[in-house]
Amino acid sequence: MTKPLEIKSGFAFFFLKECRTFAPIFRDRYFLSFMHINYFTKFLFIGLLFFSGTIFAQGVEHHIDVPEGANNAGMEEEIDEDIEHHIQDSYSFTFFSDSETGKHYGFPLPVILWDDGLHVFSSSKFHHGETVAESNGNHYKLYHNKVYKTDAAGTINYDEEHHPTNAKPLDFSITKNVVMMFVTGLLMFLLFAGLAKSFKKGPIATGAGRFFEPIVLYIRDDIAKPNIGPKYKKFMPYLLTVFFFIWFLNLFGLTPLGVNVTGNIAVTFALAIITFIITQFSGNKNYWKHIFWMPGVPVPMKFILAPIELLGVFIKPFALMIRLYANIMAGHVVLMSIIALVFFVQNWIGGGLSLVLAFFLSIIELLVAALQAYIFTLLSALYFGFAVEEHDHEEAH
Amino acid sequence: MEIPGIVGGGLIVIGVGIGIGRIGGSAMDAIARQPEATGKIQTAMLIAAALIEGIGFAALFVS
Repeated sequence: MTKPLEIKSGFAFFFLKECRTFAPIFRDRYFLSFMHINYFTKFLFIGLLFFSGTIFAQGVEHHIDVPEGANNAGMEEEIDEDIEHHIQDSYSFTFFSDSETGKHYGFPLPVILWDDGLHVFSSSKFHHGETVAESNGNHYKLYHNKVYKTDAAGTINYDEEHHPTNAKPLDFSITKNVVMMFVTGLLMFLLFAGLAKSFKKGPIATGAGRFFEPIVLYIRDDIAKPNIGPKYKKFMPYLLTVFFFIWFLNLFGLTPLGVNVTGNIAVTFALAIITFIITQFSGNKNYWKHIFWMPGVPVPMKFILAPIELLGVFIKPFALMIRLYANIMAGHVVLMSIIALVFFVQNWIGGGLSLVLAFFLSIIELLVAALQAYIFTLLSALYFGFAVEEHDHEEAH
Repeated sequence: MEIPGIVGGGLIVIGVGIGIGRIGGSAMDAIARQPEATGKIQTAMLIAAALIEGIGFAALFVS
């Protein structure tokens, strides 16, 4: 009789009723252990939240040499540039830079190019786009954060619309975003391998797993089971991975590291294409029948519905991609714009307003980080559900 | 962004705002009427809101 009770108490996190029923177990097993998290960790966590805004500001800070009320347009341009720089991926991991001394604080990352042979060199050779990098006789230069092949002098040719016409090598570089994805992967591996291992000792998770176990159960019981149906088990690994991957990366975007991984359309494109591929490959006879020959409607209608349904197959992952990308990017841009308010209204009203707004927006962004991960997982589960659905009831539609 | 783009962006935001606002309002009505169905209503609300939001963002990028 004890075993189901114990498993249940892990889930009781979300339900007040169960919380009351199992209060003695709950208190002993969970609350005590939570109190034991030392104060240093708490302090670090709260500090991280508060500091996330300051790092965005640091990029803009050094431009304040503009005289008061004078060149507003110039400042606007520079702030735009800073925001754009933050949104984009980068070849080096720069935490902040000092424009007066021209120093960048951070570390370089490897650049890996395929251009009739492999070229591997450190991104410090670019000197943040200021110099030409040489590798095995080829010369490369950064222009607007993209690698172009140039001559030894670093000349970049333009067409009429001011787009560079230089050749672009195939780029497999370990950029800032790639590093963050590796870090997230490693973190997830350690966390969830630890969670899985702790079940060998007993039915109760230990350590950080106590926090994540209810979330895993929530995804299984409230996202996968109701939306996919009895075949949910096959899709659980993907759903859990994608949820925690997006969630952790969203949260990393709010830390002072200044990364923007899920706000990069290439990343969300890759995630959406995986959902797309899994959906199509697990689609059964019914799924394809509902696309090309919709049952239960008159024949002329079937011909009209087929192209619409086929289009829908591609629109669904496209919407997934755009939704995650736009939400996260818009969040970062708005947050940074509000912080940039300080530089436009240079008095205590502007500063106070900027602080208060940025603080509350940061809290909303914490919610959005979890919400977008949840929605991506939920919609993926929904699409898998369409693909594996069985229709015992013929002509029920 | 030219003037028509800005006006279009404003119209998109108004439309999306009305749409999501109506979803949220209706969901609250429904929760008030049937508090025991809160979980199901919230899930449905989030799906609908996410779909509208997706279209809104797509339109904003085009404008």
